Amino acid sequence: MAQILNVENINVYYGAIHAIKGVSFHVDEGEVVTLIGANGAGKSTTLQTISGLLRSRTGSIEFCGENISRLQPHKIVERGLAQVPEGRRIFLQMSVQENLEMGAYTQSGASVERDLERVYEQFPRLKERRRQVAGTLSGGEQQMLAIGRALMSHPKLLMLDEPSMGLAPILVEQIFEIIQGLHKGGTTILLVEQNAQMALSVADRAYVMETGCISLSGTGRELAESDLVRRAYLGG
Amino acid sequence: MEFLSYLISGISLGSVYAIIALGYTMVYGIAKMLNFAHGDVIMVGGYISLLSMTALGLPWPVAVLLAMLVCTVLGVIIEGLAYRPLRSAPSLAVLITAIGVSYFLQNSAQLLWGASPMSYTPIVSGSVQMFGGRLSISYVSLLTIAMCIVIMAGLTLFTGKSKLGKAMRACSEDKGAAQLMGINVNLTISLTFAIGSALAAIAGVLLCSFNTSLMPTTGSMPGIKAFTAAVFGGIGSIPGAFLGGILLGIIESLAKAYISTQLANSIVFAVLIITLLVRPAGLLGKYVPEKV
Repeated sequence: MAQILNVENINVYYGAIHAIKGVSFHVDEGEVVTLIGANGAGKSTTLQTISGLLRSRTGSIEFCGENISRLQPHKIVERGLAQVPEGRRIFLQMSVQENLEMGAYTQSGASVERDLERVYEQFPRLKERRRQVAGTLSGGEQQMLAIGRALMSHPKLLMLDEPSMGLAPILVEQIFEIIQGLHKGGTTILLVEQNAQMALSVADRAYVMETGCISLSGTGRELAESDLVRRAYLGG
Repeated sequence: MEFLSYLISGISLGSVYAIIALGYTMVYGIAKMLNFAHGDVIMVGGYISLLSMTALGLPWPVAVLLAMLVCTVLGVIIEGLAYRPLRSAPSLAVLITAIGVSYFLQNSAQLLWGASPMSYTPIVSGSVQMFGGRLSISYVSLLTIAMCIVIMAGLTLFTGKSKLGKAMRACSEDKGAAQLMGINVNLTISLTFAIGSALAAIAGVLLCSFNTSLMPTTGSMPGIKAFTAAVFGGIGSIPGAFLGGILLGIIESLAKAYISTQLANSIVFAVLIITLLVRPAGLLGKYVPEKV
């Protein structure tokens, strides 16, 4: 299977704090890969570095065979890498439809209408509320909007940062069903989660992050059954 | 009749404030900074238009376009050289830099064109007489009000309907998320400065046509008042800047006519303070509480 993302030995600093220490991992085409780990382990920092919002001092980030580690964030999106950021970060004062249009910012005119229809078909609730200001949506709807917005750019790789954060358990299940649906549809996904159980249940492969390093890796099932992961992240 | 005449002159003065305030508010909305040099870009617009009409002998519409072009380039250069390197610096550093740029522009103008006032011939002269000559409205006033309405409508359409305008709104809400959409944030901020500075050039021409004189400090007071207007209406809000500008102009004009010329400015700022005590976000500003 073709490698779509290859992260090689990245080191990221916040001032003097060494947040990511020599992290390497890869994602193959069609896979769902998850990064799990406790709060502050460096999962979101890793995603932000891949998106170009933060810079690594060393190593390389290859996306579809091209080193993107020195590209501006908007150039990386143009290459086909979309991120659903932590805390959703939808544009609260813009309408639902405008949010989706912003997701299609890198796309040209004619296909946008079709993509809107496609997203509305997948998330009928968004269609009902398309003229509403996004700030009036519920948390679950906002997460759907954030995912729909990212899909508008036809990403080759979709990165989701804590999509279950702050959602009621029933909505978390809904979000994971959506992720599974996208996976079946052929979308390659890199998922960052604190909800390790859920994440491992949908992932082909998983990496465990601890204090800026990757401490374990394996298939989703292997890690779900590993004693270490069970004790540390799955509550027994 | 006298009241009507003061009211109309207030609206046209307010229209100039509104055009300046629109530049302030757009830059604040998107770059989250107060560009205190904005008033001095107005002054540069005044000089460029004056010199193109007198020294180059160009007709006024061409002179206005030239002033807009020069100010646009100037605005983009100021942003790129002075503000962009400070994008992640504390806002106080940016504020002080903006004050520095303001003095730099004033002193450069003094060096280039001298400190003494130059006389400025209004771009249009004459007036309409109404009610048998009891009410006279100058063409400059009418042109100013018309320009202000056109600019306001244009900006509303641009930010509401166009892809770039929507990208600006996205940047104003969340620059990081905007980048993740593939929006070039630096380019968007440059574009905002370009639009704001082109508006400043128009404001400069209109302001000088009212004052019929021009000197290096011409832009300071109107700049500060327009900033007041932007805060009054709700900083970051385009209709707010429009409303704030017009109201400020009317208050100033009526205060001058009926209370005291000397106290007019104090009254203007007193109204601002009282408004902000009652509505901290300004008339049309949205106070957005943090959602947790």
